Amino acid sequence: MNNQVSAEPLNYLNHKTGLWSWLTATDHKRIGLLYLYAITTFFLTAAVLGLLMKIEKSTIGPTIMTAQTYNAMFTLHGIIMIFIVVIPGLAAVFGNICLPIMIGAKDVAFPKLNLFSFYVYITGACLGLYSQFAHGHSPDAGWTFYVPYSAEVNSNIILALLAAFTLGFASILTGLNFIVTIHRMRAPGMTWFRMPLFPWSLYATAWIQLLATPVVGITLLMVIAERTLHVGFFDPKLGGDPVLYQHLFWIYSHPAVYVMILPAMGVVTEIFPTFSQKPVFGYLPIVFSSLAIALVGYFVWGHHMFTSGMSYESRWFFSFITFLVAIPSAIKVFNWLSTMYGGSVDLQPPLLYAISFIFLFTIGGFTGLTLGAVATDIHVHNTDFVVAHFHYIIFGGMGFGFFAAMHYWYPKIYGTMYHIKWAKIAWGFLFTGFNVLYFPMFIMGIQGMPRRYYDYDPKFQLGQTISSVGAVILFVGLIAMIANLVYHVRRGAKAPANPWHGVTLEWQVPSPPPHENFDEIPVITREPYVFDNPYTKEK
Amino acid sequence: MSTTEHSEHSEHSEYIDVETGKMGMWLFLFTELFLFGGLFIVYAVMRARYGEDFHHAALELNAFIGATNTVVLLVSSMTVAMSLTAIQKSQKNLAIGLIFVTLLLAIVFMINKYFEYGHKFELHLYPGSDVMRNLPHGEIMFFGLYFLMTGLHLFHVVVGGILLTIVMLRVKSGKINKEHFLLHENGALYWHLVDLIWIFLFPLLYLIT
Amino acid sequence: MEDHHDNHVTSYAQNFKVLLVLLLLTISTILVVKLDLGHFTVAMALFLASVKTTIVLTYFMHLKGEKLILRLMVGGVFLLFAIIVIITFIDYYFRII
Repeated sequence: MNNQVSAEPLNYLNHKTGLWSWLTATDHKRIGLLYLYAITTFFLTAAVLGLLMKIEKSTIGPTIMTAQTYNAMFTLHGIIMIFIVVIPGLAAVFGNICLPIMIGAKDVAFPKLNLFSFYVYITGACLGLYSQFAHGHSPDAGWTFYVPYSAEVNSNIILALLAAFTLGFASILTGLNFIVTIHRMRAPGMTWFRMPLFPWSLYATAWIQLLATPVVGITLLMVIAERTLHVGFFDPKLGGDPVLYQHLFWIYSHPAVYVMILPAMGVVTEIFPTFSQKPVFGYLPIVFSSLAIALVGYFVWGHHMFTSGMSYESRWFFSFITFLVAIPSAIKVFNWLSTMYGGSVDLQPPLLYAISFIFLFTIGGFTGLTLGAVATDIHVHNTDFVVAHFHYIIFGGMGFGFFAAMHYWYPKIYGTMYHIKWAKIAWGFLFTGFNVLYFPMFIMGIQGMPRRYYDYDPKFQLGQTISSVGAVILFVGLIAMIANLVYHVRRGAKAPANPWHGVTLEWQVPSPPPHENFDEIPVITREPYVFDNPYTKEK
Repeated sequence: MSTTEHSEHSEHSEYIDVETGKMGMWLFLFTELFLFGGLFIVYAVMRARYGEDFHHAALELNAFIGATNTVVLLVSSMTVAMSLTAIQKSQKNLAIGLIFVTLLLAIVFMINKYFEYGHKFELHLYPGSDVMRNLPHGEIMFFGLYFLMTGLHLFHVVVGGILLTIVMLRVKSGKINKEHFLLHENGALYWHLVDLIWIFLFPLLYLIT
Repeated sequence: MEDHHDNHVTSYAQNFKVLLVLLLLTISTILVVKLDLGHFTVAMALFLASVKTTIVLTYFMHLKGEKLILRLMVGGVFLLFAIIVIITFIDYYFRII
């Protein structure tokens, strides 16, 4: 840490240069950055689509597009955001960049496979885009591809299905890599329960990626078979059952929600101890709640189908298990708050994002219980209430978790520091815009505004306009945040190795880290969150 | 600390740590199980619904070919397991011979399948055909599942065959040897998975009469 | 990476014995179906298939000599799949049959 910065020290960013060295990089940090740039690009694309949809809805009737364009737009927005941005998101970017360093390894278990999965991901993403611009109609079946519509409609559904299939494959390979890495590559002395909590959350996530994704893979293939060969599994005319599709789809796609949120929980679990300079409260409960969420998450898929005609017995079963998921989630919230209690809280941008994560995630979680209870779900199913709920979880949870991670590890990744005040102002815009955009949708949903509708009843005018204004504020915040981060990659002040006084391993290596992370593999002799530097003397 | 030693050489050594590589393969096999698992769920649901129709439709399948293919795959599983024993005992030529036998058995399996599929096509029993359209619902489901499940399985036979061919060539060139046989082991694991899936497909598709 | 291959080398004879057992089980599966045990036929066929699977996993795939963690993973994966099937049938059992 203390070695003088003589010339430019060699690190993973400059040990090799040129485009080719990036495209063929097997260094986990470089692959993480490749993912970061790809995901940011797609995120901005889909965010613009979202903004356009909100502008369209600012007035009654056609504002800037036709109904068909609107349908294609929410489909594309959903496919990009879910399959290309949020599901790989944190695991592929920060999992790749941080996981090996945090467990004291030089790289992941299979570096070449890691690069390969990146290209599988890019292939899938390109297929997804191609489905929009290829000859014929853009897909308009929503990201869930519900049959019978998706099996019959005359648009480029097959391309979109192949895209989702390919992206799933990339996700499986990343998960596989992480599980093996965590099992086999931990530094000497790092027992399972000396492992930091972000790797733990990635471990739980990876199992979901590995075991749930193939189910949706085969399901999407079945829809393709349905369209091309007319096998009829989901077609009532041939004796099939459309509800079966929904079962298979949600057997994956519900656990996929935990692929999105678990790593975000892991990120904020790293941030709270660092910015409170206090050991994390309840290490073991956090570990086990992550595993419990991953496990129980497999058994709740039916709560997406309460109004699809399932049997009554399965409705109460799924409703009951859904409520169980709230327990480990609440344990986590309790632990985060207790970690801050009595600590020397330093309100830096990462912590701002982490705190707003708790706020938004809690709102999303509680409204999730409204949806998880059969009786209330029947009232608000397929309304804007659902849209608001899952944006609070996915954007407010995973999205803000991602921004928190970005602001937390940014100095480590680039070796420079962004503008703190600017970051705080951007956060203000994001947080305000987010709530102004999505909160009215809860109210409109309860009043009966259906989701995915192009037009609406005049009584929703006020709410829709407020929501659209929120979208604009949110977008301004996004641009401000990204501009700040991009601008300071090269022009920012030099960041020290440990700007936040963190104690996990990634802060013990220089910023940016050298090519193989450690000159010498560290030997771990204690628990992960012990703050004993003079700066943070425990009371 | 073999793992750390390994990672130091990760970019320089062409051999992956054995335990690490094997765990990776097993995890991959898990995903294959869930891939077929999705189809098994569809099978279970449809069978629960159309027990009688499944019964009738299964009569169309040739249980003899099914049984032959079961034996073929079981024997091939043994030969590939034996080839691993051979390489561990440094009996290089025997190992090559045993993998070769495995590949031959894979081809026998595919030839059987070819005749089986061919017969179905002659009878116009394939998804989307006019004959199929007029069958009872349960029989449509059965044949759809039959083609999708055995088709996906056949695809895995082909992939496994390619993998074992690579293994055979590497054994020949000496890249796979008594010390380093991870790829051989993983190729064999994959081949056993192909066998495992057939163990379930056989009674579920051919014997339910 | 010197002493990684300390796991036992399976002998040819043992491989052959395993095959014989598997063939016997295949024959009994066919016999069970021919005998027609009524409702138990499918259950019996699936049970025999599971036994065969276990044998292939244990001997051909060398799970016997593997680390405990790997065996736990295999068991867990099959268990998870079984639970998913059962939960799916909470719907179908009450809706169709």
